[in-house]
Amino acid sequence: MTTSLSGPGSASQAPGREPTGSRPARKRRTARNDAPITLTGLAVKVILLGLTAGIAVWAAFPLVEGEKWAGLALLAATTAGLFYLYLTPRHIPAKYLVPGTLFLIAFQVLPVLYTASTAFTNFGDGHRGDKDDAIVAIQTASVKQVPGSAEYALSVATKGDPATGPLVFLVSDPATGTVSAGDAGGLTRLDAADVTVAPGGKVTAAEGYTILNFGQAGARSQEITDLVVPTDAGALRSSGLSRAYEGRAVRAYDQGCDCIRDSETGKTWTADEAVGSFVAADGERLAQGWKVNVGLSNFTRVITDGNISGPFFGTLIWNFAFAIGSTGGTFLLGMFIALALHSPRMRYTNLYRVLLILPYAMPSFAMLLVWRDMFNTDFGLVNNLFGLGVNWFGGEWTARFAVILVQLWLGYPYMFLVATGALQAIPRELTEATSVDGASPWQSFRAVTLPLLLVALSPLLIASFAYNFNNFNAIYLTTEGAPFPADNPTNGATDLLITYTYRLAFGGQGAEFGFAAAISLFIFTIVAVVSAVSFRRTRKQEEVYS
Amino acid sequence: MATAPVNRNAGRNRWFAQVGWRHLVGVLGVVFSLFPILFVFSAALNPLGTLSSTELVPTDGVSFGNFGELFERTAFERWFLNSLLIAGLASFISVFLSALAAYAFSRMRFRGRRVGLLSLLLIQMFPQFLAIVAIFLIFGTITELWPEIGFNTPWGLMLLYLGGALGVNTWLMKGFFDTLPRELDESATMDGATHAQVFFRIMLPLVAPILAVTGLLAFISTINEFLMANVFLTDSESKTLAVGMYGMLQGNERNNNFGIFAAATLLTAIPTVLVFQALQRYIVSGLTAGAVKG
Repeated sequence: MTTSLSGPGSASQAPGREPTGSRPARKRRTARNDAPITLTGLAVKVILLGLTAGIAVWAAFPLVEGEKWAGLALLAATTAGLFYLYLTPRHIPAKYLVPGTLFLIAFQVLPVLYTASTAFTNFGDGHRGDKDDAIVAIQTASVKQVPGSAEYALSVATKGDPATGPLVFLVSDPATGTVSAGDAGGLTRLDAADVTVAPGGKVTAAEGYTILNFGQAGARSQEITDLVVPTDAGALRSSGLSRAYEGRAVRAYDQGCDCIRDSETGKTWTADEAVGSFVAADGERLAQGWKVNVGLSNFTRVITDGNISGPFFGTLIWNFAFAIGSTGGTFLLGMFIALALHSPRMRYTNLYRVLLILPYAMPSFAMLLVWRDMFNTDFGLVNNLFGLGVNWFGGEWTARFAVILVQLWLGYPYMFLVATGALQAIPRELTEATSVDGASPWQSFRAVTLPLLLVALSPLLIASFAYNFNNFNAIYLTTEGAPFPADNPTNGATDLLITYTYRLAFGGQGAEFGFAAAISLFIFTIVAVVSAVSFRRTRKQEEVYS
Repeated sequence: MATAPVNRNAGRNRWFAQVGWRHLVGVLGVVFSLFPILFVFSAALNPLGTLSSTELVPTDGVSFGNFGELFERTAFERWFLNSLLIAGLASFISVFLSALAAYAFSRMRFRGRRVGLLSLLLIQMFPQFLAIVAIFLIFGTITELWPEIGFNTPWGLMLLYLGGALGVNTWLMKGFFDTLPRELDESATMDGATHAQVFFRIMLPLVAPILAVTGLLAFISTINEFLMANVFLTDSESKTLAVGMYGMLQGNERNNNFGIFAAATLLTAIPTVLVFQALQRYIVSGLTAGAVKG
């Protein structure tokens, strides 16, 4: 958000700092006011704090309008905290850490915590709202026109754009003449002074609403048919574009038995708080359930459910193989080329370097798609060039080989660049000394160059491993996880855990956010443990926390 | 067999053992690096502009028709500007934010410093888009309250990217800051400089290489970010290059659009290559010096 660029903040740093000869004093400072205040610093501070206040006021208006008092309090507290922090001379480290931390908390920590809490629920399609939402949804979905249902003249209106705005039903009660506006949230009565009603009860104008003409309504007829307005006795549904009826819910909630009863068949579905659904005696579940806490069942499902655990552990092993293969392969190739070019007798090294790192500068998302097409069976470049007819993404192993090859191409220029830099930092005298001692080039590489390289590059290798472990683009933009086994369309041979999770959360057959979140936590744990262990090992060689 | 050729052969062999093989490796590496790029060039210049007609070397003549069609048929220039704006601003701000944090972590001693450094590393291991469902719901509320920074706006996406500003970059930078001698800023402080003056006047110019490197890395990764942008931007006008160009190769258009896709790929590479060239002299030293200290 804002940063104070300067401030009277160094009081705690060093005492007795009279201006020395090389640096003329800008102004005289008394002993009491010994923190230097520069004019630019002050100006920048005033501007940035003013900007903060401006943004806070701008953000406050919608919060007040929406009566979100908790949000407003949070906003006020944050702003006040920022003002305090940058106006006081104390807390200097915080002045530097807070700006980035605010973003980190808002857009990284909060979503992660939210995800973690989702992992213990059954959140997903059919389990989005609370129990009351589910009851309303079940009842309104079962509304049917029965003999004697009240009929209304209907006008379809919207508060926004006629083509896309949310739809509202305007109906007038034939008995009383009162006009109401209805949407999925229910009916609200409109003031008689604000509406014009034609003879026959049809609303022709209403303040604040745009009434859709016949063409506009016709274009959205499916939406109009789907709109159900809950009422006390049942629900309003449209019948055609100008009539609405108030139907009765066939399925109704009974508080006494905490169940849903179908008045036509007499079947009952009893609420099961453990799974968040209404379940009948024969085991049938209603599609609409609610979000409940399911404890650890999402986690245990990964291990105990045979349909999931088998593919899951297969994916886990391939995921490790992919991350190690891509990181190790790029490192070996990059280092090998860097070593080859690292010689005082080599000429044109700059030209080689510029050409070698070109893949790194190409947009990787586009090149992944290009590679996908180069592996095309019928007219892909790879098959054409080598006269092959391999169905690359059709076979398990060819697909895996292909994605690792693509990663090698995308990633080795980076490793080459880094290894070149690290090699230049190793004094030549070291290798020269070993060759004087009679070591072969290979021996001196093993004993001197490689360990020094590894010390320099291991943090980058760990970061690269963590990155590749979750390299979503690499799989999604090339194979999309293919090939899939015939009996399991959710888990392919090249799927990483992350693409698998993505398919669970957003895939075709019903979103399972809770389960996807549980797998996210698994991935997080695995990457964190692997990285922590490797960092511990590298830390033995150097002091990271100095 | 005469003696002279043997000598010449021996000389050639020695040359190959010492220098020649290095050139061979270099050339093979360059071939490996370049052939997919050559393929893209060839596809972009191919007058037919389909995947099935594309060869490694353009043989059917050369035309710039694909470029014309790209601008005619798609909103490419909008996507391009969106991407430049988002990636440019986001990487600039995130480099600045992590430089601030790295300065504090490197030069100041305070309670919670070690914990702070470790938790940065830990949080970063949770990829932001694993939390995409949560982010989607959070931004649903934001869009309702402040549509200016909600879905389909570059600003909202940029804020989201800034959530990851602190993290690996901060570590890389802290490593570089640590290599600068403390005497520099201590003497400046003795001369009466404020901590802000030390940061802006003394530290920042000295750490330019690592700023360049992290800026470049952030720029490249933001330009290539696909998943969150795909969820976030649905209007044709607000898409970034990754989202827009992915759409070009969807479904039946995949073969036919390959030419304009290749043209778009080449144009997309321009900003990165330019940034790369501008920062190249810093990159090698920046990456490794930062890496040495983790």
